[in-house]
Amino acid sequence: MGRPVTDGRAVSTGKEVAGTGRSSRPPLPPGPGSATDYPSGAARRRSSPFVEFALKWGSGLLAVVPFAAVITMLVVLLDEAMPSIRYNGWHFLSSSVWTNGDTYRTIVHSGGVAHLFGAEFGAWPLIAGTLESSAIAILVGLPIAVGAAVMVVEKLPAKIATVIGICLEILAGIPSVVIGIWGALTFGPWIAREIYPTLTHLPNIPPFDIFRGSVGDGEGLLTSGLVLAAMIIPIIAATTRDLLRQVPETTKEGAEALGMTDAETFRRVQARWVRTGVIGAAILGLGRALGETIAVALICGGQSVVASNIYGVFNTIAATIVTSLDSAQTDPSGLAVRALAELALVLLLISLVANIFARVIIRRSAKGAVLPVGAGF
Amino acid sequence: MASPPGAVMPPRRVGNGGPSAPPVILRRRRVTNSLWWGICGLGLAFLVAPVVWILSGVFQRGISGWRWNVLWTGPAGLGGGLANDILGTLLITFGVAVIAGIVGIGTGIYLSEFCRPSIFSTVLRSASEVLSGIPSIVFGYVGYLALVIGLHWGFSLLSALIVLSMLVVPYIAKSTELALNQVPLAYREGGEALGMVKSYMLRKVVLRSAVPGILTGLVVAIAISIGETAPLLYTAGTNGTGYPTGAFLHSAVPYLTYVAWADYDSPFPGQHALSHDAAMLLVVIVIGLILSSRLIVRATQRYSPNRALAAAEKGWRKRMPRADTKPEVDHLFGREPAPSDPDELRQ
Repeated sequence: MGRPVTDGRAVSTGKEVAGTGRSSRPPLPPGPGSATDYPSGAARRRSSPFVEFALKWGSGLLAVVPFAAVITMLVVLLDEAMPSIRYNGWHFLSSSVWTNGDTYRTIVHSGGVAHLFGAEFGAWPLIAGTLESSAIAILVGLPIAVGAAVMVVEKLPAKIATVIGICLEILAGIPSVVIGIWGALTFGPWIAREIYPTLTHLPNIPPFDIFRGSVGDGEGLLTSGLVLAAMIIPIIAATTRDLLRQVPETTKEGAEALGMTDAETFRRVQARWVRTGVIGAAILGLGRALGETIAVALICGGQSVVASNIYGVFNTIAATIVTSLDSAQTDPSGLAVRALAELALVLLLISLVANIFARVIIRRSAKGAVLPVGAGF
Repeated sequence: MASPPGAVMPPRRVGNGGPSAPPVILRRRRVTNSLWWGICGLGLAFLVAPVVWILSGVFQRGISGWRWNVLWTGPAGLGGGLANDILGTLLITFGVAVIAGIVGIGTGIYLSEFCRPSIFSTVLRSASEVLSGIPSIVFGYVGYLALVIGLHWGFSLLSALIVLSMLVVPYIAKSTELALNQVPLAYREGGEALGMVKSYMLRKVVLRSAVPGILTGLVVAIAISIGETAPLLYTAGTNGTGYPTGAFLHSAVPYLTYVAWADYDSPFPGQHALSHDAAMLLVVIVIGLILSSRLIVRATQRYSPNRALAAAEKGWRKRMPRADTKPEVDHLFGREPAPSDPDELRQ
């Protein structure tokens, strides 16, 4: 008899409490977060479905922009380079002659493409120069970056490590034109005077015989490779440092307990953990070296020939594009500008291959442990 | 026969190891180890040397002929000042920060908050990564072909802004996405528990605690757009003498990197000095940006809603000076799954 009464009373009191709570809620206490920080009814109304919709689709629209940019670049370059591709064919990749043709004769047509008489566009020296200088940069930069990263993580106190970190950021952030000027005015002449003559006296056996020959005046392949190495070291070193810091302390202690020296610990423990990520970072650095323009343009010597020896003058694709627009514009048939577009397309493809390769490697390495690599510089 | 308790056992020799290992092998391993550290130290030296060398060279050349009025006088003949170039660089940088900021932050928000993992999101994310791998000169040449020639804009501010913005958008998008992903899960759960609408929570809770990461990305983007030369040569043009007109189309814009690039080996001492001044200004700006980004991170770490986490980490660091492994507090903030194996935690 009494049970339903109490139940009803309980229900009714519950309703009363809820009702009073809604109608006469005490004001929020004043504090660091004022009342407007709470999603009161007014705030929730302000976030109408329209705001939600606009935020979602507006940001979605913006997210398509990078994709559209990539597609636009490919389409523009392909469209612009098509006449040049048809005119040059595969010859473009193998020939070593780059000439707009005879400006003083009339424009001739062959295969539907207008060109000057004797025009020939061969990019082999540029492709070779691009690959060679980047290879030197990686061969020199990778050991330096890894060694420095090991030193920073294992030996240096935290404050000095911070200073080295700032050094890395500065090296990565210095405009490439400033580095190029340093290479052309200071570093190139110095190293050609002080170091290169010594290198030529290395024994004449296979790994060292590439250092034979005349050393030139400091503008050339080896100087460019070394300067490029300085530019890609920050990328590799920062990534390696971050990866090394994530190697679990216990595995290192295990190696230590087995009596391994530091070098052996690195080879058998740390290197296994960071290997893939470092390779990925090195290929990212390679991508940057392949596309570096201004610095190389200032120290390559500016001659579109395959370098005669490791000190020889050469040119890269990027440096050619940036320095030869003026001469290309003198071509009344317009084919020279289109040949530069084909050159840009080749560079784009080379660096895309390198980058995609690097990302795939990094992603595969990141699958096991969460390694935040490849996040940009 | 068991030895009596308390008896001293003679030292046992285990295999080749132990205190009496053959000294020859030990010496070889010790030499290898020293060599290894020598190589590492050399690597560090080769890393620091170029920084010191470049900076000292730039400041030496810049300071030796420095006049303060370079900052506010325009070019005159073969000398003068850099006021027009500074103005142009500021204009370009400001425009890039606005355009690339909107596009990049929008992209990052979409990829982190609204986009479910699918082929579509993978394509968008990869496009951003691909974009960051394209050499800047290719950006410049495409901008030249499509905007300067194709749309008849001429060398102009707008084409420079568009090209440079596309160049730096991936960096902003990436840092925004990372910053949003690192917002502690508890904040979102708290917001949801309070009944917040998603967009409201995004504005009031999530974005606020992601601000330092986003700002860092913006600073990187600004540093890149100040230091780039190659794409600007093809889009902003090569206006070495005039002031920027402020018009978006059909007028070339001067900028600092062009002066540094064009006049560094000029036979005229006036131009020479201007080139060195421009290089020094660029380096000073870049160093300022790097330091300011560090300050941003430090300041916001202290005052951000993340301060509880930061304080917890700090306390943990104090107890354990070698903070190489992850702090145990992570799982409280939804960043890591809670450690299940107690042996994984180093007490």
